[in-house]
Amino acid sequence: MPDFEPVIGLEIHVELKTGSKMFCGCSADYFGHDPNTHCCPVCLGLPGALPVPNRKAVEWCVMLGMALGCTIPEFSKFDRKNYFYPDLPKGYQISQYDQPFCVNGKLKIKEQGTNNKEQREKIIRIRRVHMEEDTGKLLHATVEGKKVSLIDFNRSGVPLVEIVTEPDIRTSEEARIFLKKLHHVVRYLGISDADMEKGSMRLEPNISVKLKTDGNLPPYKVEVKNINSFNFAKKAIDFEINRHIELLSDGIVPKQETRGWEEKKGVTYSQRSKEEAQDYRYFPEPDIPPVRWTKSQISNLKSQICELPDQKIARFMGDYSLSEYDAVVLTDEKETAEYFENVMKQVTKNKGQITAKTIANWIINRKADISKVSSEELIKQISQKSQKATMSDDELGQIVKKVLGANPKAVADYKAGRKNALMFLVGQVMKETKGKVNIEKAGLLLRDLI
Amino acid sequence: MLPENIKVILWWTQFLRISMLLEKSIKELASGLKEKKFSSEDLVRECYENIEKLNPVLNVFVTLRDKDEVIKEAREKDKKTPVNSLLYGLPFVIKDSYNTKGIRTTASSKVLETYIPPYNATVYQKLLDAGAILIGKTNMDAWGHGASSENTDFGPVRNPWDNSRVAGGSSGGNAAAIAARMAVFGIGEDTGGSIRNPSGWCNITGLKVTYGRVSRYGCIAYVSSFDTVGPMARTAEDCAIILQVTAGKDPLDATSSPEEVPDYGSRLNGDIKGMTIGMPKECYGEGVDNEIKSLIYKAAEQYAKLGVEIKEISMPMLEYGVPVYYLIGTSETSSNLARYDGIRYGNGRNKFTSETMRRIMLGTYALSAGYYDAYYKKAQQGRTLFIKEYAKAFTQCDAILMPIEPMPATKLGELIGDPVKNMLADIFTCQTPVGIPSLAVPVGFTKSNLPVGMQLLGNMFSEPLLLKLGYFYQKVTDWHKKSNL
Repeated sequence: MPDFEPVIGLEIHVELKTGSKMFCGCSADYFGHDPNTHCCPVCLGLPGALPVPNRKAVEWCVMLGMALGCTIPEFSKFDRKNYFYPDLPKGYQISQYDQPFCVNGKLKIKEQGTNNKEQREKIIRIRRVHMEEDTGKLLHATVEGKKVSLIDFNRSGVPLVEIVTEPDIRTSEEARIFLKKLHHVVRYLGISDADMEKGSMRLEPNISVKLKTDGNLPPYKVEVKNINSFNFAKKAIDFEINRHIELLSDGIVPKQETRGWEEKKGVTYSQRSKEEAQDYRYFPEPDIPPVRWTKSQISNLKSQICELPDQKIARFMGDYSLSEYDAVVLTDEKETAEYFENVMKQVTKNKGQITAKTIANWIINRKADISKVSSEELIKQISQKSQKATMSDDELGQIVKKVLGANPKAVADYKAGRKNALMFLVGQVMKETKGKVNIEKAGLLLRDLI
Repeated sequence: MLPENIKVILWWTQFLRISMLLEKSIKELASGLKEKKFSSEDLVRECYENIEKLNPVLNVFVTLRDKDEVIKEAREKDKKTPVNSLLYGLPFVIKDSYNTKGIRTTASSKVLETYIPPYNATVYQKLLDAGAILIGKTNMDAWGHGASSENTDFGPVRNPWDNSRVAGGSSGGNAAAIAARMAVFGIGEDTGGSIRNPSGWCNITGLKVTYGRVSRYGCIAYVSSFDTVGPMARTAEDCAIILQVTAGKDPLDATSSPEEVPDYGSRLNGDIKGMTIGMPKECYGEGVDNEIKSLIYKAAEQYAKLGVEIKEISMPMLEYGVPVYYLIGTSETSSNLARYDGIRYGNGRNKFTSETMRRIMLGTYALSAGYYDAYYKKAQQGRTLFIKEYAKAFTQCDAILMPIEPMPATKLGELIGDPVKNMLADIFTCQTPVGIPSLAVPVGFTKSNLPVGMQLLGNMFSEPLLLKLGYFYQKVTDWHKKSNL
C-alpha cells in the first residue's frame, strides 16, 4: 500500500464575551435567555438600521492575533458575505475578506513521543484571524401539532473571531493539541469563555490526504462541521483520513464537500458538495469606514496582552526551579498560576522557608481548594505540617535507635524479607515522635539503620 | 360685465395666493407663530386643504396621517411653550424611505406594504425633537430605484405643473408636496439625483448634502455609500434652517462625519463677489434641451451681475458617471435588499417591481466571482478617478454650475418604459460616488411652462457656500416663489 499523508487545516470560531454585541448595544450574554429578548433593529437587520463596530471586540480580535504571533496590517476593513439563510437577518454577514485584522501568525505545539519522554515541537502557521458577527439560531419544533421552524435572534450579531490555520497539521493528535493550546491562549486572554458545550468555540477541520511523496497540496478538501469537543475533532479527522485513504487506494479522489459530524455513530455525513458551493459575492461593507491603525494604537494593544501560557511555563521553570510538569499544571488555569504566585510572593516577603516545589505540591497533589483557602491560610497550613518535621536528625536518630532496640522481632522479620515489619516500625517511630516527622524520612532512616 | 367678474375672481385668486401662509419662508412662519399672528393649527389646516384639493390627482402620499390627529398635535404645540427651534410647529413631509415609529414605512414597495417600524430614523427624531409636525410619508420610486417616481407600487406621482408629466424622482412625492404647498418642507434622500431631480422638475429648492453630513440611521438603504439625507423646501434659506437641525455626527451611523456643523443661517450673509463658478462645457453640449441651456446661461448672467466670475471648465470624465454609478449602486442595492427574503415582512421577493429586479440582477452579476474585477472593482477605480476629476475642477472654481436633467419633466411612462433612458437621465446627478454636496435651485420655465432648475456643486462640506450662492440668487429672482395653484 502506498504511503499516504493527511493534510489538515483548522478553522476555529470563537465568540467574544464583550458586554455588547458586535454592531449594536444589545447584550452579548445571550446563552440561556428567552428567545428574541436580546434584539434591536440593528441585530434584527430591520430596514434602515446600521452597524456600528464594537471597539472592544475589534481590539480583542487584534490582541488574539498578536498572541498568535500575527502581523497587524495598518489598514483593515469589513466586508459583506452575501448568502441567504433564515438565521441571517440581513441576507449578508458582516465579516472580513481580503484584509483581515491579523495575518501570518504561528503557534508552537508540543507532542509527546510514543515512549512518553521525548517531546516533538512543531510550528503551526496561522493564516489569518478576523472579526465577524454570529448568526441567529434556528429551532425546529412542533407547535400546535404543526412542524415549524423558529428563529431566535439573540445570538445574531454576537462578536465572532475566526482563526484559520495553514494546512500544516498532519495528524489528528496534532490537531487536538493545537486546539487545546489555542483554547488555552483564548482563555488566558480572557476574551471568551471558549465553552464548546455552549458553542462559544466551534471547530471546523479541513481534511485531505495525499501521497507522502507528492509535494503539492491535494486537489480537494473536506470540511467537517458540528464538532463540539477536541476529542470529537480528533475522531472526525481520523474517520475522514481513513475514508479518504480507502477511496484513494481505489483510485478515487474524494469529493470536495462539507460534511457534518454524527456524534452518536462516530461518523461524518455529506452536507453540501462543491457544486452547491456558494458565491458569497464579497464586497467592502459600505456602512463601516475602514480601520487605520496608528503605530501607538498597536503598541498600546500589545502592552495590554497578559503573559501567555508558554511564557509563564518558561518563567515558572526558570524563576521557581519547578519541573516542566509542575509548571504546566500550575499554569493550566490562569487563576491557579496567579494563586501560586501570590503564595510565593508572601513567602518571599516574610522570608519564609517554604519552597516553590512544596507549594506546587500542595496545589497540585494535595489539591488545595484555591477558591476557598486564601494564600495566607495555605502558608499557615503548610507551615504547621512542616513544623512537625522540624525534629533534628540527631533527635530522630536517637528515637529510631530506641525503637529498633525495643522491637528485635520486627527487625528480624524485616531482615527475613517481611516488608510489613518496616511499616510496624515506622508506626512506632511516629508514635514516639508524636507524628512530628515525615513518614518517608522515618522509613528511610529505619531501613538504613537495620 | 363678465370681464369685470373675471377680474374680480382673478384678484381674489391672487389675494388668496398671497395670503396663503404656506407661501411664507420658514423664518417668517417661525416669527409669525412666535408672535401668535397665526397658529400651527392654521398651517396644518392649510396643508390639508391643499392635500384634499390636489392629492387625488398628484398622488403624493403613501401614508397620509389622519387630519384630526395632526390638528390635535398642532393645537398641543400651540399651547405649549415652544422649544427653541425655527421648525417648531411647522408641518413637514418625509420620504417613505425613513423609519417612523408606529407609522407605516414601505419605501413605496409592496414588499413592505404593511410594515410598521418599531423605531425612528435619526433625522425624523431630530425633527420631532425640534417640534416639527409630520403630515405624511411621501411616495417615491421604490427603494430609490428611479428618477420619475413611477417605479412605485402606490401609483405614480404627478407633476403639479403638468399632471400628464412625472414629478421626478426618486423623492418625487416630497417635491410635489412642497410645490403644491401641502407642507412647509420635506426630507428627501439623494443617492444619484433623487432630491435634485424632482426639485428641478417641480420648481422647489433641494439640497443633496455631503456624504456623512446627516445621519443615515433609519433611512432604508438604496446605495449605502452614496445615500444622503437632505432638505427639500422652497428656498436655500429654508434648506439652511432645516440642515441646521438635521446635520451632525450620529453614534448610530458609523459613516456620519465628525466634521463640525457650522451656523448655516449666519453663513448665508456676507458677499459672493469675487467667487468663481465653473461651467463644464461637457454639460452644455448635444443632448441637453436648448431651453434648459439658455435658462441656466441666464442664471449664470445673473451671478455675473452679482460679481461672480463665470468660467468655462472641462470635465471629460463626466460621461463615465452613469456606468460607475450604476455598477456600484446596483451592487450595493442587490445586497441591501437581500434582507427582504420573504421570511419576516409579510411579502416575498416576487413583489419587487421589474425595475428593482433588474437592479438586483445587475448588481448580483457585477459582484459575482469572475465578474467582480471587470465590473465592481473597475467601477471603484472609476470612482477614484471621478474624485480626482472633481478635485481638479475645484482648483479652478468655487462651485460648478450644471443642469440637473438634460430635459424637463417627462411624460408619464416615458422613463419607466425605457430602462436605459431612465438611467441616462441621471448623467448630471450621478456624481454621488464623489460624495460632494449639490444644491438644486429653480431658474425659470420652458415655453410650455415646465419648471427648470440648475444645480450648484461644491467641495466636500461646502454646504454653506452652496446655500449662500442659492440665497443670493433667490434674493434677485422670484422663480422659486412661483407655484401652479
